[in-house]
Amino acid sequence: MSDKQTGLQGPRPEERPHPDGRRNAQGIRIDPKAESEHEPRRTVLSAIVEDEPGVLSRVAGLAARRQFNIESLTVGPTTVEGHSRITMVVEEPDPGIDQIEKQLAKLKPVISIGELDDDAIRAELVLLKVRGEDPDKVHAITEMYGGTTLDAGTDTITVQLTGDERKIDDAVDAFRRFGIIEIARTGQTALAHGAKKTVPGEEPGTSGEPTKPTTNTQ
Amino acid sequence: MSERTAATTDSDASSTDDEPKRTEVTSGATAVIRALENAGVETAFGVQGGAIMPIYDALYHSDIRHVTMAHEQGAAHAADAYGVVRGDPGVCLATSGPGATNLVTGIADANMDSDAMLALTGQVPSDMVGSDAFQETDTTGVTAPITKHNYFASSPDTVGDTVGEAFALAAEGRPGPTLVDLPKDTSLGETDREPGPARAPETSRARTDPDDAQVEAAARAIEQAEKPLLLFGGGVIKADATDVARKFATEHQIPVVTTMPGIGSMPEDDELCLSWAGMHGTGYANMAITHTDCLIAIGTRFDDRLTGGIDTFAPEAEVVHVDIDPAEISKNIHADYPVVGDAGTAIEKIDSEMEHSPDAREWREQCLTWKDEYPMDYAAPDDEPLKPQFVVEALDEATPDETIVTSGVGQHQMWAAQYWTFRDPRRWVSSHGLGTMGYGLPAAIGARLAADDDETVVCIDGDASFLMTIQELSVAVREDLDITIAILNNQYIGMVRQWQDAFFEGRHMAAGYEWCPQFDKLAEAFGARGWTVDSYEEVPDAIEEALAYDGPSVIDFHVDPSENVYPMVSSGAPNGKFALSEDQL
Repeated sequence: MSDKQTGLQGPRPEERPHPDGRRNAQGIRIDPKAESEHEPRRTVLSAIVEDEPGVLSRVAGLAARRQFNIESLTVGPTTVEGHSRITMVVEEPDPGIDQIEKQLAKLKPVISIGELDDDAIRAELVLLKVRGEDPDKVHAITEMYGGTTLDAGTDTITVQLTGDERKIDDAVDAFRRFGIIEIARTGQTALAHGAKKTVPGEEPGTSGEPTKPTTNTQ
Repeated sequence: MSERTAATTDSDASSTDDEPKRTEVTSGATAVIRALENAGVETAFGVQGGAIMPIYDALYHSDIRHVTMAHEQGAAHAADAYGVVRGDPGVCLATSGPGATNLVTGIADANMDSDAMLALTGQVPSDMVGSDAFQETDTTGVTAPITKHNYFASSPDTVGDTVGEAFALAAEGRPGPTLVDLPKDTSLGETDREPGPARAPETSRARTDPDDAQVEAAARAIEQAEKPLLLFGGGVIKADATDVARKFATEHQIPVVTTMPGIGSMPEDDELCLSWAGMHGTGYANMAITHTDCLIAIGTRFDDRLTGGIDTFAPEAEVVHVDIDPAEISKNIHADYPVVGDAGTAIEKIDSEMEHSPDAREWREQCLTWKDEYPMDYAAPDDEPLKPQFVVEALDEATPDETIVTSGVGQHQMWAAQYWTFRDPRRWVSSHGLGTMGYGLPAAIGARLAADDDETVVCIDGDASFLMTIQELSVAVREDLDITIAILNNQYIGMVRQWQDAFFEGRHMAAGYEWCPQFDKLAEAFGARGWTVDSYEEVPDAIEEALAYDGPSVIDFHVDPSENVYPMVSSGAPNGKFALSEDQL
């Protein structure tokens, strides 16, 4: 613009010392020679929420605006009147999973939230409508995967399947050769294995004492 | 009008004789006002309208002072600034539809800066909600992402407690805005249920007492540091932890940088204070934050304007991060030593746990050397246009130490933060995270009403920023508010122009104002006082006269249009590579 002296005094950028260290995209210090980031992993989160209008859109909206990768989401009532359970399957690096838990914990309707262990009981339900030209084979596959035939007409057969993700995926692949006309999947829901609490907050008779465990980052 | 005046007089008389009178609860609307009174609300900012009329009618007999703003955005900013200065949530009111949507910028602004605020919005009757009625908007849907929580008030019996909860939640833990949407049938509905005390919901109680193991680990890390650096964020001020934080820094002789929202948490003339770091922070603050080996960050969210590129931010530092909000810990910068809890409590516990101070004498000397190497001195030749930095320093010199400074957003904001010496918290009132041009003037109105009568309020604005909310000047005149507005007029959206020079080869698209109003005459048209200043010798007298004038005053300083803000870190660049002139970008 002009030849006029502008700006401030001091050593130029190239004259200054600069440290060798680096951080990765998640803000974690790394050895520059071993550039690394946490790999995404799939896991299940479960939250107890107050059953009030808009809670599902608050949870889903938060995930959307913070760009969390949510694969499926289910919600339903619990044993405590007025409390619902939301189960989410997410795929994020560890820091992202930590963020999802902590960001959701901040929402007023969220009573408690936690990540399920690998041994959690997981299941989803699928309704699947296939072409009915080969009913005997369709029924055989249905029986093989422990499904139930809900409707059988001359043109279509509708079956119901339940199970974990792998079983459902295998079953869907098997039915594909008959020609799947329509499919509706609920997405996974889950509970902790055995006597373990899935998350605190669902205990008949204690609905007046919500808990929200502190998430200690380490 | 005379009846209104009489009512006001009666209210004034009764308030001097005994405690403020309480609104009798007969309807949802009166329950709302009663809830505000129970919460200790003294002032509210808003604009009247159809759906909010019942609330305003209930306010008619209340002792709560209402300030009618010129635009709902101004009401939100005024309430925001009121809360920043006062420490309790500010309150704003708007009607449904465009009233509520006009609040959105102000609410998002409060959300980004963790400013405590309660917004009350009118809504069409419940049975019309969802029918696209006149002036209907899904206010809770629109504001869900930008509030701590919002509520749809469905019953006159519960609306009072809902408002109380929303008020308490705004201030609880990490502060922020809350909103209660008030359908007209809820406001008009009959009830005699009196609201109880304002209480935050159980699910939102913040953990204030940090974990002992976390405290111990943090203390050990700080003890062993050779280049320790404290980073005071806005959370230090929000937590009223300034005294504790300063004592810690002084006791252990640890240098301090602040974030922009943290300005005032450490006196900027203290030897330990390196001023603020980040995109336009001081060179010495950015050098320190780049070379520290132990960054003790308190009440900050490590936003991009502070960190520059994450890969080069404090790249060799162990990070101790104290925050009331667990979600902020390791969100952007990994915390090697997280401490979740109230800032003041955490600092005191860490201090108690520490067995010795870090041995950082050489490091302190290095920081002082950087202060000498990268001074903020600027050239101000008499034969060239007025420098904006000079104006800021002249204003600072002419005003008391405890002056409150509000600003708009842009170059003038950076110069105000750089060249004003702040010594105390809740004196720098600005829009940081959202960066809202036009924040300055309505914020000055809110700050004026929150401040003690003998405190000075100065608004430093830019020409473009000032034009965005200039209508609020009518409010300052009507309410007879003594605020001094300094416009650093460079006839540009200056920060955009600076970037266009640096990164778009000087193509000034839509950044220049070929014509600006004569702000002094415009001020006089509003009923305020106005001055125009073109030269250095005119500066002191104009400032003195404006400050002496008991009412709103506007000084239009015609400053050098080509002046740039330095230091400057390019977006995503390392903090340590700040440019001191354009050829270094």
